[in-house]
Amino acid sequence: MKLNNLYLWIRQKPRIAFLMCLPLILMVACLIIYPFFYSIFLATLNKAETKFVGIDNFLFLFKRETFWLVVQQSIIFALVAVLFKALIGFVAAHSINELPSKGQRKWRGMLLIPWVIPPALSTLGWWWLFEPTYSALNWILDKLSIDAIPWLSETFWARFSIILVNIWVGAPFFLIMYLAALKSIPEDLYEASAIDGANYWQKLFYITLPMMKNIISITILFSIIVTFANFDIVRVLTRGGPIDTTHLFATYAFRVGIESGDIPLGAAVSLFMFPVLAVLSFIILRNVRKRANEV
Amino acid sequence: MVKLHKRRNFIKTAGASGAVTLFAPYVKTSISAGRLNLGLWDHWIPGANDVLEKIVVTWGKNNGVDIKIDFITSVGNKLLLTAQAESRAKTGHDVFSLPTWFSSMFKSRLEPIDDVVEDIINKHGPLLDSAKFYAYLDGHWRGAPAPTGSFFDSMVSRLDLFKEHANMDLKDIFPDSSLRDQSLVDAWTYDAFLIAAEKLHLAGKSFGGTIGATPDSRWLSAMFASFGAELVNKEGEITVDSDEVREVLEYLIKFTKFMPDSVYAWDDASNNRWLISGEGSSIINPASAWAVAKRDNPEIAKQLWHHDLPRGPKGRYRPDNSQFWGIWSFANNKSAAKDLLRYMSERSVVEECVRASQGYDIPLVISHFKGNKTWEDANPPDGTLYNYPMRGDEIPVAPGYPAPPEIASQITTQYIISNLIARITSKGDSINKGIKWAENELEGVMRG
Repeated sequence: MKLNNLYLWIRQKPRIAFLMCLPLILMVACLIIYPFFYSIFLATLNKAETKFVGIDNFLFLFKRETFWLVVQQSIIFALVAVLFKALIGFVAAHSINELPSKGQRKWRGMLLIPWVIPPALSTLGWWWLFEPTYSALNWILDKLSIDAIPWLSETFWARFSIILVNIWVGAPFFLIMYLAALKSIPEDLYEASAIDGANYWQKLFYITLPMMKNIISITILFSIIVTFANFDIVRVLTRGGPIDTTHLFATYAFRVGIESGDIPLGAAVSLFMFPVLAVLSFIILRNVRKRANEV
Repeated sequence: MVKLHKRRNFIKTAGASGAVTLFAPYVKTSISAGRLNLGLWDHWIPGANDVLEKIVVTWGKNNGVDIKIDFITSVGNKLLLTAQAESRAKTGHDVFSLPTWFSSMFKSRLEPIDDVVEDIINKHGPLLDSAKFYAYLDGHWRGAPAPTGSFFDSMVSRLDLFKEHANMDLKDIFPDSSLRDQSLVDAWTYDAFLIAAEKLHLAGKSFGGTIGATPDSRWLSAMFASFGAELVNKEGEITVDSDEVREVLEYLIKFTKFMPDSVYAWDDASNNRWLISGEGSSIINPASAWAVAKRDNPEIAKQLWHHDLPRGPKGRYRPDNSQFWGIWSFANNKSAAKDLLRYMSERSVVEECVRASQGYDIPLVISHFKGNKTWEDANPPDGTLYNYPMRGDEIPVAPGYPAPPEIASQITTQYIISNLIARITSKGDSINKGIKWAENELEGVMRG
């Protein structure tokens, strides 16, 4: 009788849903929530981790020139990379959407390759192309009698290189999201606008973009978070150099916390990403919710 | 009666023995030690790990200790990441490799092993001064000399190119015997190096050394020491704003013009590739570049000669990269670990390891590298490694010296010297601006 009651209790929809989500909730709790609070705790300790210092580590970072350089670089890196990823993804999605459906699968598959290869591995391939002394790209430039480019040894080109690789890795994500959004736009909207005499640009600005607004916002938000927190591309290509001019929050936190053994300061650096991303997420998600309510 | 007497004696003896067994202090030795886990640095030289493993496992068999060794690569900082993980989790290996600054970084989690190191010193004689700088912290030894992994960065230069373009016979200056002409050695200064570097650069065969954020940039620390340029002094005071620092930076402004532009992005392997490919004429490196050249480009290897670094106004310094083995404070088997550490400093063990590393490893016990024939016998060319261990007036120097180890380690791991140089020689900052930046960074590394 008791077993039967238990069976009925479990079978109720909210409970079974909760039970099925429990493994994921536990994973999030163990791998995200616990480390997050632990890093907050670490960031409030002194270097030897023997004394509570409150927000001293954060105040200390404000006085560091290199830290502000990292802040500036992270913003440049995230904004430029996401902008180009969004543009390239949008153009590529449109181009593929225009193709006959038979040819689309082939192109979709090929264009997704950069996104599905583990970035550490594909970045190593890029590193061989940019290698400071024996760059394959410079070899080609040399054959064309063009001066070699200091891909990784000069600040401008090093920043250009890491952004380029990030765009190469991340643009397919935008492509696939935008393509899905394009497919979901009812065809009759375009047919009606064609009857009304709308040209390509009018269709783009008055039908396509408004219908894709939410997907664009969420994709950009997601990409900004991932790009801001990027580690592997910088680590493999430049290790933050030259002269610390390609460090992002994650790589600088690694340098300070792990390589130099100042774990509390490293934790403080990595936590700086949180308020920036939290505010951004709040603004974008609020707009998405507002638009969803309007619809 | 006799029987009874014997029985009483037996009971007395047995009782006394039992009491002794119960109340005597338990002295744990490696004979009863059980298991020992070692996390060891994965050697660059092929075959060196096998020899080391055989030595340790044989010791384990002879002493009743089960040995488990994990060779952990330092590529991608995996050794450091493992050490960080184990020290925080307070579990893992018993014995762990401690290259350069690890002893300082993890000193609070490492067992003091004064008794072990004192035994080693009493038996084999003193260690290199730089070893004490790295591992004797707050009045305690935190690491004992490792049988593998310690090395010096000597100059590794092309005999043919120096002769042809710089008009210098390196074999004459640094012969493969103790018969040095002191006047020739004295003339090998940083000024002479600058002239040679210019000639070699004009011939398209530049000297190469990284000025990037990578451990191989320690050659710059040796140059700083040669000019008496200190970032932080022995007392822990910031002293970067000095005439000596300005002098070495002015020298580097001239010197870097004769180096490839790409050095600001070089990693630890770049200088090796530079030399082995035949592009470069000279690098500052341990014997690994020559060992790899023997395999990959034997014609180049035949022209490589290891020799002393130039002398600066304050002396002739050579970058030192000492490696130790330490015992985690949470190790399960400290007694056996200490016995093993003592054994690994035996002369026969060290000699076998040096041989297996083709001379790459430099013993930290001074008496161990005196009389070792490995470096004399190495070839081609004959005698190429003779001067790889220091034979003349060079002084081994740890990067960041003379700052206290905790600060020197931060100067090194945050690459403040190479970044300071790059700011001035590549970015175009003035020396004053560079020094101001360094002062700000140094304030950062000195926080408590």
